[in-house]
Amino acid sequence: MAAATATRTAGRAASAQPRRRRRSAAPARVLLGWSAANLVIVGVALVPLLWLVSLSFKTPASITDGSFIPNEWTLENYRGIFRQSLFTRALLNSLGIALISTALAVALGSMAAYAIARLEFPGKRLLVGMALLIAMFPQISLISPLFNLWRILRIFDTWVGLIIPYLTFSLPLAIYTLSAFFREIPWDLEKAAQVDGATPAQAFLRVIAPLAAPGMVTTAILVFIFCWNDFLFAISLTSTERSRTVPAAIAFFTGASQFAQPIGSIAAAAVVITVPVLVFVLLFQRRIVAGLTSGAVKG
Amino acid sequence: MADIVLDHITKRFPDGRVAVDDLSLAIADGEFVILVGPSGCGKSTTLNMIAGLEDITAGELRIAGKVVNHLAPKDRDIAMVFQSYALYPHLTVRRNMAFPLTLAKRPKEEINRRVEEAARLLGLTEHLDRRPAQLSGGQRQRVAMGRAIVRSPRAFLMDEPLSNLDAKLRAQMRTEVSRLQRRLRTTTVYVTHDQTEAMTLGDRVAVLRSGRIEQVGTPAELYSRPVSVFVAGFIGSPAMNFLPATLEHGELRTPFGPIAPDDRLRRLLHRWDGAAVGRRSLVVGIRPEHFEDATLPTVRDRPGPRFTITVDVLEPLGSDTYAYFTLKDDRAPAAGLAELAPGEAGLSGPAGQVVARLDPTSRLREGERAEIWLDTSHLHLFDPSTGRSLDAGPG
Ligand SMILES: Nc1ncnc2c1ncn2[C@@H]1O[C@H](COP(=O)(O)OP(=O)(O)O)[C@@H](O)[C@H]1O
Ligand SMILES: [Mg+2]
Repeated sequence: MAAATATRTAGRAASAQPRRRRRSAAPARVLLGWSAANLVIVGVALVPLLWLVSLSFKTPASITDGSFIPNEWTLENYRGIFRQSLFTRALLNSLGIALISTALAVALGSMAAYAIARLEFPGKRLLVGMALLIAMFPQISLISPLFNLWRILRIFDTWVGLIIPYLTFSLPLAIYTLSAFFREIPWDLEKAAQVDGATPAQAFLRVIAPLAAPGMVTTAILVFIFCWNDFLFAISLTSTERSRTVPAAIAFFTGASQFAQPIGSIAAAAVVITVPVLVFVLLFQRRIVAGLTSGAVKG
Repeated sequence: MADIVLDHITKRFPDGRVAVDDLSLAIADGEFVILVGPSGCGKSTTLNMIAGLEDITAGELRIAGKVVNHLAPKDRDIAMVFQSYALYPHLTVRRNMAFPLTLAKRPKEEINRRVEEAARLLGLTEHLDRRPAQLSGGQRQRVAMGRAIVRSPRAFLMDEPLSNLDAKLRAQMRTEVSRLQRRLRTTTVYVTHDQTEAMTLGDRVAVLRSGRIEQVGTPAELYSRPVSVFVAGFIGSPAMNFLPATLEHGELRTPFGPIAPDDRLRRLLHRWDGAAVGRRSLVVGIRPEHFEDATLPTVRDRPGPRFTITVDVLEPLGSDTYAYFTLKDDRAPAAGLAELAPGEAGLSGPAGQVVARLDPTSRLREGERAEIWLDTSHLHLFDPSTGRSLDAGPG
């Protein structure tokens, strides 16, 4: 989660820049104060991440030299991890499991959130309460029961075995985020679509879903990061390369020799799995922030 | 094109609230009917039931002779314009207007032709490729109208379509809506709480009050023969003045002094069942334009009571002058007038406050005493216990 937090903070700092420019009329001292505060926050968030990047480019010999900028640059750590099926296979598992979980969570979450935002039905409050309860539930207490249950059900060490608990914990998050977005969409739009000749399904797909798209992207990113970063379930419910994800696989890294620490490889692997998240957030940041609904009704 | 018949329609919401109560109304093919009434009287609910957006609790809704109670909105072939316009913000104006046709899977050329035709009619041609957010309020309103007319539906439903526009634009769009309906001759049900729109737009107006129809008629009928205090106070601006009166020895005692009833009034009083049971108090309704400055040559020789008042406030508008004055009256005020027309501002102003619409050449001055003439041939009489006009017969 550290990587994700760092990237989100960085994103926030970047988006603060135009705001600062707009305030050019404000006294210079205020401007300076804000810049300093921003710098401190960005620094605190970025230093550990940069340290990790630096480690990943160091040779085994210089790994403990303590300098921030590597004295000897090498790509050997990266080449090393991509040579091992331990890592490449885990990368594949991570991607597959996280993407499937995200797709399912957003699809199921949209339906549930839509119902919660738009319909009055008996047990609605109970449902929302239960979702919140599940999100609060300590994950660690589920590990042993799931371990036993999954073995009986023969889904231990499979993709499904991980996707299910990921859905359990990401769906409440998805439902909460999405229902907030659905509530923002004027109900009249849906009525208009129905009068214009749309079936309820067409009204949802052609009008509501496109307008909720920023919400869905936001939700997808949050869920993806949750699944992508998970270590607890991944280490407990897998036993082979068949379904082990990267965070779990990193724990199995070994050094070049019996005595060498695999720090360089671990750092390189950490950097590699941070990149997709970074790209995701930077790519969609604008879409997440920009509300698409402006102009739907009289402003 | 189709006629719409609401046959004893009732709407009860799940929380038990009855929003529309046994409402019957027949709308002829091509007719322009206005539903008017104060906020919360069930106008939108009625419209939503016609569109199919709300279930009908009881009664029958027929479009073109067919019962449609359980037909989905998409199968009713009716277009609706919403108060909020409800434009699809992610689509361009062109695709907004084309939306119903796209859903109906019309051929591409036909869609383009119809959208461009509607855009020309509404002056939207140069905005076709913009999005709703880039348009002004008036333009958005036009796009909403355009989306309704492109598919030539059997009927238009409009729910306060102009209430989000400023006064000038509203007046302009009002004539435009009127012209459009005259031209297309599509059955239209138009909801508004604005009595000016009601008076100027429709062939017929239905005044709603707490989910019931109070009166249906042409604008002129509603204005000249309102069936109740509620309708009389709602239609017309400034509102009708209501004053207490008593019937004594065949004469009306009003705050202006006694009025000898003419033939018409005598007939009404004779028929009034209240008189039979010995009640004598009445409510007199007078439209502001039936007062006049008594010194003007146009009224100098006309019969009718004249009385002296002190002008509190004078509003010269150029075309007319409004004079506000208070009548002192020691008798009991007209009991329950406010209850007869609940929630209607203008009906329950300060007790005894009267507004008169005078000729602009009148020389009255604020704070000065003046003589006012009253045209009694247009007096309205209401029974204070029911709020109904003596002219209306049993309600
Ligand atoms: N979904 C609903 N549930 C319960 N009561 C409602 C609902 N919608 C409207 N009402 C009530 O029904 C009455 C009529 O509402 P409406 O038709 O919207 O009035 P208006 O004439 O202002 O358009 C109002 O008193 C309103 O509070
Ligand atoms: Mg309404």
